[in-house]
Amino acid sequence: MTYQWNWGVFLQPSATGDDTYLGWMFAGLKMTLALSLSAWVVALLLGAVVGVLRTVPNKTLAGLATAYVELFRNIPLLVQLFIWYFVLPELLPTSLGDAFKQSHPVFQQFLASMLCLGLFTSARVAEQVRAGINSLPRGQKNAGLALGLTLPQTYRFVMMPMAFRLIVPPLTSEFLNIFKNSAVCSTIGLLELAAQGRQLVDYTAQPFESFIAVTVAYMAINVIVMTLMKRVEDKARVPGYMGGK
Amino acid sequence: MYEFDWSSIPGALPFLWEGMVISLKITFAAVVVGIVWGTLLAMMRLSAIKPLSLFAAGYVNLFRAVPLVMVLLWFFLIVPRFIEELFNIPPGVDLRLSSAMIGFALFESAYYSEIIRAGIQSVPKGQMAACSALGMTYGQAMRLVVLPQAFRNMVPLLLTQAIILFQDTSLVYVSALADFFGAAYKVGDRDGRLVELLLFAGAVYFVICFAASSLVKRLQKKYQLA
Repeated sequence: MTYQWNWGVFLQPSATGDDTYLGWMFAGLKMTLALSLSAWVVALLLGAVVGVLRTVPNKTLAGLATAYVELFRNIPLLVQLFIWYFVLPELLPTSLGDAFKQSHPVFQQFLASMLCLGLFTSARVAEQVRAGINSLPRGQKNAGLALGLTLPQTYRFVMMPMAFRLIVPPLTSEFLNIFKNSAVCSTIGLLELAAQGRQLVDYTAQPFESFIAVTVAYMAINVIVMTLMKRVEDKARVPGYMGGK
Repeated sequence: MYEFDWSSIPGALPFLWEGMVISLKITFAAVVVGIVWGTLLAMMRLSAIKPLSLFAAGYVNLFRAVPLVMVLLWFFLIVPRFIEELFNIPPGVDLRLSSAMIGFALFESAYYSEIIRAGIQSVPKGQMAACSALGMTYGQAMRLVVLPQAFRNMVPLLLTQAIILFQDTSLVYVSALADFFGAAYKVGDRDGRLVELLLFAGAVYFVICFAASSLVKRLQKKYQLA
């Protein structure tokens, strides 16, 4: 195997002339971070709501929440992404669909990717929230109700604060997953990290350097997120529980 | 409003089925290799021999830190070069399926090994001590006492991971290999019926995965009773 290593390739001006190839990498990194973080906000908010609904006594609401989770868990992420990007704009009312299709291509890719990743992850977050609520001793809910709190108040002031502290460790792993899953969005042309890596291969014919750079970048994201979340986990740990879980 | 036209699906069914066979082949190879290699990795990780446990920890953490898409791109880059060199295969022979199988198998081994490690650790310590007291070697104790119990506890998790893996095989799309999803996309693109084909593909995946995970849940209940 003969391969010409050339790490200097990153400092060469890029094919479009306005940047270096290293600049492309950083643009990709920024896109990956923006996409993952915004999708995480969507996932946390929706996941909390759906997770709570799965535990409420109302059968209809709980059933709807279960259907939501099953829908997003049993279809591959890639298929969901293509449905968001290629199918939904066609099924929207014509004026809305046209408005979407006439918007900036990067906006279209980003919006579809964010909603797709956000909703996909929200189903997983919902499962963790449900597990957290179900792991609480039954007495907590009963005590809340016996004190005259309404059911929503019991959730809001008694159960949710405990449940969220208990599920920080599994949420950390979902948070890590969302960065990794964001690489799937390269398939619809969103220029995030993995896509920039492939584009660099096409332009420079130096596949090893570019793939190594991208891989190292993902590993760095992984380490940074784990370090940050370790702090959150320490803060959130509930005294008296084994390691907070 | 969009007008659906499902007429291109019936004629494409044989092609879609060929794709499904590829998806299932990759899933099967990755599950089998993943469990075998994952068991070895888990035992290395738990062993007292430092280099072995360090190697296993490094392997698992590396694969778990990198997105599957990236791992697949790596394997489509490296494996063909490697195999061509090793077996003297002329360049140009399509090695994408073998690359995909090897990539998935090695990647999933990392995830399987974590499940299996937790399974081994769920067996009470006294069992190992009892084996030593009876004069069994480490290998005998693992093979005859610890692993059978560990696997019994793990069956539902291993199957759930297989369902996730089946969904993940759709990512071979990045190599333009026509697995089930790739086939559906190609047909939709050719006939200008992407909307219908993508919805069809989603529905097929949903039915398969939902049915499989319902079965796993039932199995889990049965095992818990025993």
